[in-house]
Amino acid sequence: MSAPRPAVSTDQIPVRRDVLDPIFRYVAFSAATLLLAVLGGLIVALLIGGWPALAKFGPSFFFSTTWDPVREVFGAAGPIVGTVVSSALALAMALPIALGIAIFLTQFCPRVIAQPIAIMTELLAGIPSIVYGMWGLFVFAPWFAKHIQTPLSGLGGLFAGVPNGANIFTASVILAVMILPYMAAVFRELFRSIPPQVREAAFGMGATPFEAVTRVLIPYVQKGLVGAVMLGFGRALGETMAVTFIIGNSHNFPTSLFSSSSTLASTIANEFGEASGMHSSALIALGLVLFLITFAVLALARWLLSSQRY
Amino acid sequence: MTVNPSRAARRKMVSWIFTGACMLATGVALIALMLILWSLLTQGLSGINLDIFTKDTSAGGLRNAIVGSIMMCLVAMVFSVIIGVLAGTWLAEIGGNTRYGHTVRFLNDVLLSAPSILVGVFVSTILVNPFGGASGWAGAVALAILATPVVTRTTEDILNLQPSSLREASMALGASQFITIRRVIWKAAGAGLLTGGLLGFARISGETAPLLHTAGDNQFMHEPLWDIFGMMSNQNASLPVMMYNFALSPFEEANKLAWAGAVLLAFAVLGINVLGRWLAREKKM
Repeated sequence: MSAPRPAVSTDQIPVRRDVLDPIFRYVAFSAATLLLAVLGGLIVALLIGGWPALAKFGPSFFFSTTWDPVREVFGAAGPIVGTVVSSALALAMALPIALGIAIFLTQFCPRVIAQPIAIMTELLAGIPSIVYGMWGLFVFAPWFAKHIQTPLSGLGGLFAGVPNGANIFTASVILAVMILPYMAAVFRELFRSIPPQVREAAFGMGATPFEAVTRVLIPYVQKGLVGAVMLGFGRALGETMAVTFIIGNSHNFPTSLFSSSSTLASTIANEFGEASGMHSSALIALGLVLFLITFAVLALARWLLSSQRY
Repeated sequence: MTVNPSRAARRKMVSWIFTGACMLATGVALIALMLILWSLLTQGLSGINLDIFTKDTSAGGLRNAIVGSIMMCLVAMVFSVIIGVLAGTWLAEIGGNTRYGHTVRFLNDVLLSAPSILVGVFVSTILVNPFGGASGWAGAVALAILATPVVTRTTEDILNLQPSSLREASMALGASQFITIRRVIWKAAGAGLLTGGLLGFARISGETAPLLHTAGDNQFMHEPLWDIFGMMSNQNASLPVMMYNFALSPFEEANKLAWAGAVLLAFAVLGINVLGRWLAREKKM
């Protein structure tokens, strides 16, 4: 956008305008470009740093479950599966609750208390991840181990595992609480963006509130809802500290809901400080995998959300 | 048309159950918030005393971690406010509708929710390993990379809310685009820009993962306090990293300090968030 030139003779125009405008545009453009450069640099740094490990182990890096820093043999299948499974479980728990909050606040709740409740759920998003981690480690995991895991451990199968509360399921619960407010906020915006006539038309046809929501409102913002879900999934995939505290940090393939596991992010957080050589390269390669997964998920989410425009 | 009374009753009942389920979901979220706040208060509040603010972590206080956190966040915010406001202004006022503008906006959104641990790894490979070790500067750069997309995003949003008559009026008076933006648009959007900065600040002040491998840790506070360059060039303690180390420690005293740090951190971040929202309350952000 360029400034329209007013119809006055050029000698009345201060000289400064012609000098400062292009400089300002250039500086602002550089700032915007710097953002791209940072993202580009991030990708290049991960590629260069992770290349030695990827070149040495080839495809087996993605399929092997051996993670042995002593023998310098690395396979990322354990952390990859741990990441995807814990995030998917978290999503399965957070989705109905976030949807319920958004529907309650936009459809059923009296306006007077809707605002305070919305603010309170958003406060959940403001709590730092490390605080969730500590709460999980000191409060939730011991409670879970005592009251849920120990009684269920006799069943075996899906519920087998060391009853210490540090497992993939408890990590998912914490993750679910963390992504809940983000998803609820986007859901709420989506429901608010629906023109009131749509809702009124549904009620005018004699629909009950349940039918109005499930058959009219939800289909109306379908794409955006899927986008919001992907956004939550992306957040869960990259979440580091809370998961590191509570997932148990074992590189084995998770065999049950209650087995300890690790994620890409938690492995990097735990080991990057002491790693060197091939170990460090393998960790950066984990970072590259994490980046590619989250980038794909987030890009899809943004695309779905931005195509939801009325 | 006949109305089947039992079917109507069933539909109504399903609807009531649905409403109840939605209320239950809201209740679950509120209970989770209460449980976490309750743990913070019961576990952490007892650990808060004057020693926390006057002694270093080596002596059972948190002074060095608090000072280190504030320093790194402030330095990071200086970078990210300058770059974020400029980039957001470029998107809103200058080049946002070009192809390049759409690309920048999209990738800024991606950067906004990129995993923070990756930013830590990135900064560690470019600023820690080549320069001989962790430093406060590296930590501040990692935090700046996380805060800038937040500032960019809110700046663009708030500038787009300014009525175009403001720009037209300014330009009709003969002001150049730069003068229009600097003297009219930025001024009109002042509170919103501040909100963007505060939200960015809130985002980074609780971050642990990007600092873990960039800023290191330090048992002592750098003396004297005004030697900012000296402090930032050394390994620098921060509240979140201290909490990480102390929470995993087997000693109860260390755990207690970690909880005290959690209370300080959580309420500081919540406070900044609330302040930012309060400033933006009429701007409908």
